Order: sequence, then C-alpha cells, then structure tokens
Amino acid sequence: MDDLFTTVDWSRWQFALTAMYHWLFVPLTIGLAVIVAIMESFYVKTRKIKWLAMTKFWMLLFGINFAIGVATGIILEFEFGTNWSNYSWFVGDIFGAPLAIEGILAFFMESTFIAVMFFGWKKFSPGAHLAATWLTALGTSLSALWILIANAWMQQPVGMEFDPAQMRNVMVDFWAVATSSTAIAKFTHTVASAWTLAGVFVIGVSSWWILRRRNVAMALDSIKVASWVGGIGLLVTLATGDISAVNVAKYQPMKLAAMEGLYRGSLGQELVGFGVLNPEKEAGDDTREPFLFDIAIPNGLALLANHDANSFVPGINDLIDGVSLTPEGDTINTVSYAERIERGRAAHEALRDYDKAMTQGDSTSMAEAVARLRADYPYFGYGYLNSAADAVPPVAVTFYAFRIMVMAGGYLLLFFLFAFIAVYRRPAWLQHKVVCVIGMLSIAVVWICSQAGWVTAEVGRQPWVIQNIMPTRAAVSDIAASSIITTFVMFGVVFTVMLVAELSIMTTQINKYSKKNIDEIAKS
Amino acid sequence: MIIMETDHTLMLLQNYWWLLISVLGTALVFLLFVQGGQSLLACTRNPDQRNLMVNSIGSKWELTFTTLVVFGGAFFASFPLFYSTSFGGAYWLWMLILFTFVGQAVSFQYRRKEGNIYGTRFFDTMLIINGTIGVFLLGEAVSMMFFGGDFTVDMTNILNADNPVISRWGDGHGWESILNWKNWALGLTVFFLARTQGALYFINDIRANDGGAFYAKCRKHVTVSGSLFVVSFLIFMALLLTSPGLRATGFRSFDEVPFLYLHNYIEMWWCGVLLLLGVVMALYGIGRTALSPTPYTKGIWWSGIGTSLVVLTLFWVAGYNGTAYYPSLSDPASSLTIANSSSTTFTLKIMSLVSILVPFVIAYIAIVWRRMNRTPLTPHDINTDSHSY
Repeated sequence: MDDLFTTVDWSRWQFALTAMYHWLFVPLTIGLAVIVAIMESFYVKTRKIKWLAMTKFWMLLFGINFAIGVATGIILEFEFGTNWSNYSWFVGDIFGAPLAIEGILAFFMESTFIAVMFFGWKKFSPGAHLAATWLTALGTSLSALWILIANAWMQQPVGMEFDPAQMRNVMVDFWAVATSSTAIAKFTHTVASAWTLAGVFVIGVSSWWILRRRNVAMALDSIKVASWVGGIGLLVTLATGDISAVNVAKYQPMKLAAMEGLYRGSLGQELVGFGVLNPEKEAGDDTREPFLFDIAIPNGLALLANHDANSFVPGINDLIDGVSLTPEGDTINTVSYAERIERGRAAHEALRDYDKAMTQGDSTSMAEAVARLRADYPYFGYGYLNSAADAVPPVAVTFYAFRIMVMAGGYLLLFFLFAFIAVYRRPAWLQHKVVCVIGMLSIAVVWICSQAGWVTAEVGRQPWVIQNIMPTRAAVSDIAASSIITTFVMFGVVFTVMLVAELSIMTTQINKYSKKNIDEIAKS
Repeated sequence: MIIMETDHTLMLLQNYWWLLISVLGTALVFLLFVQGGQSLLACTRNPDQRNLMVNSIGSKWELTFTTLVVFGGAFFASFPLFYSTSFGGAYWLWMLILFTFVGQAVSFQYRRKEGNIYGTRFFDTMLIINGTIGVFLLGEAVSMMFFGGDFTVDMTNILNADNPVISRWGDGHGWESILNWKNWALGLTVFFLARTQGALYFINDIRANDGGAFYAKCRKHVTVSGSLFVVSFLIFMALLLTSPGLRATGFRSFDEVPFLYLHNYIEMWWCGVLLLLGVVMALYGIGRTALSPTPYTKGIWWSGIGTSLVVLTLFWVAGYNGTAYYPSLSDPASSLTIANSSSTTFTLKIMSLVSILVPFVIAYIAIVWRRMNRTPLTPHDINTDSHSY
C-alpha cells in the first residue's frame, strides 16, 4: 500500500461526503417526527380537523425526507468496514456494541411503526396510531443515541483497556462508554439541534404559505408548534454546547486551540469573536501573528473552556512544547508532543517485545513488556506520527466552521425570540412580507449551522480517529486510492441525484398542498 | 480453573451470537421477498399491476433494509474481525451491494410523487436493479462463507507504520469473488428464491380484481422461478456437500477436511433433519401454489418457513463444529472461526443482555404485520390513499 496517504485522504473524503449528506436529512427526520407527534396528539385530544390536516401534511414531508436519510445511513455503517477496516478490528469490541444495540432497539422500532404511521390510518384506532407515531419519533431519537455514544467514545475513549495478546482495545466498562460526559453532551446537543432545525424548517415552509396567502391559519398554528419545539431545542443546544466546550478543553485541548486559532495561550485567555487568520502562520512558529484582524472578548475563552475567567488555556504551540501556567502564572511542564511521539514508539516497541515473548512462551519478558506498554499506552497513537505538526488539525477549517456555527446559532436565538413574541404578542408580524422571506431564508441558515457544527467536531479532532490512540492513517483499509476515488465519485453522483429528486418532490408537494383546503389535506 | 471457566463462558457466548447472526441472516433471506417482488416489476408493463406490486411490498421494504443493517451491525459487534476482513477486503462486492440498496430506499417514496423529475420508470429501474443485482451479489457474499476469500490476517501489521492494515485482500478486492463460478451458484439460488417468494407474497397479499389475470401471472412466476430456484439450489448443495472445508485444530491452525459440510450435516444430525424438513416445506409451498386447481394463497408461509430452516442450517454448518466460517484461500491459517474472530466475553455479555429484548421486538413486528396484512391490498386501497407509492 504505497499510496497510504492518498488512501487515507480519499477515505476521509468519502466518509465526510456520506456523513454530510446523511446529516442533511437526519436532523429533519428526528425533529419533524417530534413535531408531527405533537400535532397528532392535539388531534387525538381535540379531534379538530386542523390538527389532522397539519399532521398529514408534515408527515408527508417527513416521509419524503426519511427515505433518503435511511439510504445514506446504510452506507455510513458499512463504510466503517469497507474504508476503516483496521479501525473496525482495533476497537470493534467497543464500537460495534452500540451499533448493534442501536439496530436491535431503535431501527426495528422505527421501521415497524413508520409503516403504521403512513399506512395504518384506517387499520388502527386513533390512539394506537398516535402511539405508533410517538414510537417512530422515539425510534428516530434512539437511532441517534447509540451512534452518538460511539462517536463520543472516539473523542473521549473511556471504559476500555488495551489487550496486548489480541493487539486491540477491549471494553471493560459499558456504562463508562454509554454515560461519558462527552456522550451525554453530544447526544443532547445533536438531538436538540435537530429539533431546532426542524422547527426552523416548519416555520420557513409555513412562512411561504403565508406569503402566498394560502392556508394561513394552518401555517400560523404550525409556526406555534414549531416555535416551541425549535425554541426548546435551541436552548438545550446552547446549554449542552457549553458542556461540550468544557469537555473539549479537558479531553481535546488541541481541538479547542484550533477552534480558536490560538497558538500561545495565557491566563484569562480572550475569546476571538471574529477574526481573519494569518494564512502564513504555522504550528511551532512564534514569529508571526495568528490573525490579520480580530475582535476579541476579554477572558471569554477562559470562562468558556474552564468556567474560570482567570484560568489558563493552552494554545497549539503550548501543547506542542508541553507547557502550561499555574493560576499564579508560573510555568509548569506537561508532556510535550516530541515526548509523546517517543513514548508512542516505545509503546509500539513494547508491544513487539510482548508478541515475541508470547511466541517464545517467555512469561517474564511478557510481564516486563506489558509494564512498559501500560506506562506508554496513553500515547500509543503518537507512535504513528512523524512530527508534532502531524498532531495539529487543519486550523482554518476548524476555526471558521466553529465561527459559522456560533454566529448562525446566535442568529437563531434571535429568530426564535422573535417567533415567540410574534406568535403570542404580535401575530400580524408573521404575515409581513419581509418576515416571511426571512423565515424562508432561515432554513438555509439552520442547515449551514448544523453542518458547520459537525465540521468543527470532526475536522477539529484530526488526526485522531480515536483520541490519542489511533490516527486516521492507522485506521484505513488496504485498498487502492483509485478504487476509493471511483466510489467517491459514484456516491457523489448518486447522492446528488437523490438530493435533487427530494428537493423537487418536496417543493412540489409544499406547493400542491398549499392549494388544498384543510378538509382535503385531512382526508388525504 | 478460572481461566477454564472464562473460556467456557466465552465459547458459550460465541455460539449464542453465531446463533443470533444465523437468525438475522435467515430473517434477511426470508425478507428478500421484497427484492424478489421488485425484480418482478421487470416482467410487466401494466402500470396498474406495477403499482399494486410496489404498494404490496412497499410497507415491508424498511424491515428488509433494517434487517440488513442490523445483520451488519451485529457482525461488527460480535465478530469484528469478519467485519474488518470482509468489508475492507472484498471492497467492490460490498460497494456494489450498497449502491443497489441506496436506490431502493428512495424509490418507493419517490416513484409516483408529483415533482419526480426523473419519472416513475427511473425509480422502478432502481428497484429492479436492487431486486436482481443486489440480491445476486448478497448471495455471492454469503457464498464466500463456504468457498472462501482471498485474504490474509496478521495482527502484527498494526505495528507497521507504513502499512498498518491487519486484514489484507488480494488485488481483486472482491471482483474475483464476484466472478467466481462457485459463488454464482448461491447467488442464483438466492436470486430465484427471492423472485419465487416475491410472487408468493403477491399472491397472498394482493386482490387485483382483474378476473384472475394477476394471480395467473404470479403463479407462472412461482412455477418458472421456483423451478430455477430448485435447480440452482441443487447445484449449490452438490457443490457444498462435495467441497472440502477447514476445521480448526487450534486458534489459528486448521485441517482441510474432505466433504466437511456433509460431515457437519451428519455429525450435527438436527441440522440434517431441519434441512430436509425445510426443503420439503419449501417444495410443498411452491408446488401447491403452482399446481393447485383452485387459488392457493398460503404458499409464502410454507416456502418462507421452509427456506428459513434451510438457511439456518447453512449458517450452522458454516460456523459450528469447529468449522472456519470464512476460509482464506491464500493463507488457510488466516481463516476465521467464531472462536478467533469474536469480541470479548464482556462485550458479548453486554450485548446478550440487550438481546433479551429480541423476542419483544419480534412480537411487536408480528403484531403490526398481522394487523397491516389483515385484508389484502386492492386497487381501491391505492387509489384512495394519497400516501400510496
């Protein structure tokens, strides 16, 4: 495999393509399922036809979107094997379990009851049908739970130990894996953001109906439900975003430094609200300024990362050099990246010695090798790196993606604040032409926000597929880059063809149903 | 002593998880009647019949899809070395399977929706591709469990920074398996089985109200595809029972045993009994549907349960009795058994606890299925339901 780096790069591109396409559809599925279930609950309780009409219409859009999310999802699952086969073995004992549990608990629930949702109106009582709708909503959220636990584990590997005899990691504490602080924050953050996205989507589509003066009453009621779901989702997203920031500072300080374009940290580190990175700045270089231009908030990053406005936040070069500051400002040494690489290689050597001793049946040497391996295992992944610079993620992508997410999130906070005021105090605002157009355009904002969040999380953790344990270059399959390029193009074409189909069908249906009265929609 | 107990527990769990994998694989093969039904779309140009067929299997496609996903997930969790070896090695085989399944998921939803810019025929073609090529390739993928793959496994590669991949495949990367004539036997068997099952399901689920024309067409498919299924199945079984196999003599050492799978059927006599019972049930379901002078609609259950029994035994003779369920053609010592490719005792225990919920899952699927299929599908149902496909 002489083209390892090309294979790694294309494997990453292919996985990113699949994941980003997948995440175009999944958050809408998760959030819309909840909104539909709430609307149907109102219908079952009140038996008012308007709630049935709303349920039917948004369920239709849910169905159009659901299928394409499923289609991209199956590719993601199997790409762990096809493109990341080493990873699949190295951590399959840990990572595979959440995936299997997800299938047994969530996927079957989702796939069984979604059939009832769409085809069971005449075959089940209203109460049973409502139960099926809620079970589908629960299934969609549970589907996200286990894969996010698995993803969180890759960023904060806990509940495992390395077994030198099998040369892989094995799980020793399932609850530590399932309930790590990163797992809890990631699940709540992601699912709540999906509610936000679906809320904005419903408001945006409803705004278009209002703009065209079609089914205005139904659109206004939809906005009311969407404001609650999306608004609550946004508040939870913001709160869990804060927890995520603390986790990143603790377990992935290099990612945080890249998110901030921070090369040299300080006590009471400021937060760059907006800035333009200096493209010539590189890791290890202290001669150039990191920013061409920036606006900073004093003590902001220290507060965000450590909940202590005067604390120290290390930058990229601090981490590489292995230096930190005490609260009093004294320099203390941590483990430098040069030393990590050395210790990683020492861990590899210890494993080689263990394997040799095991073959020879030399238990004394095995025990000695294991002791050395245990001491250096926290840096095992660094043994694959050639230099400290290899351990630094792409700063520009991480920095700008994070800012796009935060700025879009700030906009959405104002958006939902406005929506609540309008719904409960100034309903006429919602029928203003400019407000309707902003409502529609906000659909794009929330999707950009959602994608930017994932780019920050996944690009920012490079080069690690498992933090400090396994870099992406050690996780790949033994496949020629040309094969991956071919499948990348094929997937790109297929996904785009499907996306175009979905957008066309969805916009057509939105237009078509806007022309029907609510009795017709309810009977559809 | 403690080590002995732990090993015994691990063996028990490995066997249990192979059983679950067998059950999932069997469920998948049964549910491939959806794909078989899709492939039959190519046999009619009548749009009304096509709509009936698509809507009949349209409320079941997600179950097949989910079973495939869970089958993959369960393999990942319980036998991760298989997951990394097969998927990462036979790259093109799996990628082509995935491509055919991507198209399936959206085709049901989009084919007749207003705004479909590609037209109904485009999505019907995607369904046909999934129902033919996808099913055939799945059969080939399973066939490698008997006739092997071109791979090697070396754990120490993880310490080679320049090429750290543990499981490596020959240059064919799956193409050689796709083109292997032995794999064609099971590929064709699964393909014709799926078509037969699809036609039997239509007979059970659809009342076309067309004077029996649709029923007659389906019955013809049962006769033709069923006959081809029997022929290809017999060829596959003849190949299987006369083939040598690898039996483990240690963790990574094997003996080549002539007629191993025949021996397995004899030594695990219950497999042989179930195989025969399954064959008889399947033949009865197909035969009675094809030959009965009056319409017979229950063939899907006879055939479905029968083929499920056969598939179960195939998984068992592939993996139990110390058999290498994924033989390596290039390095027999790299072959995979349920003992050398599994997760640890701890992980298998955790997942086994979760698997207690499987009967509950099966129960609610059965209840929903029964309720949804209580009355056969008619053209009227499609015309009065805006959600119809």
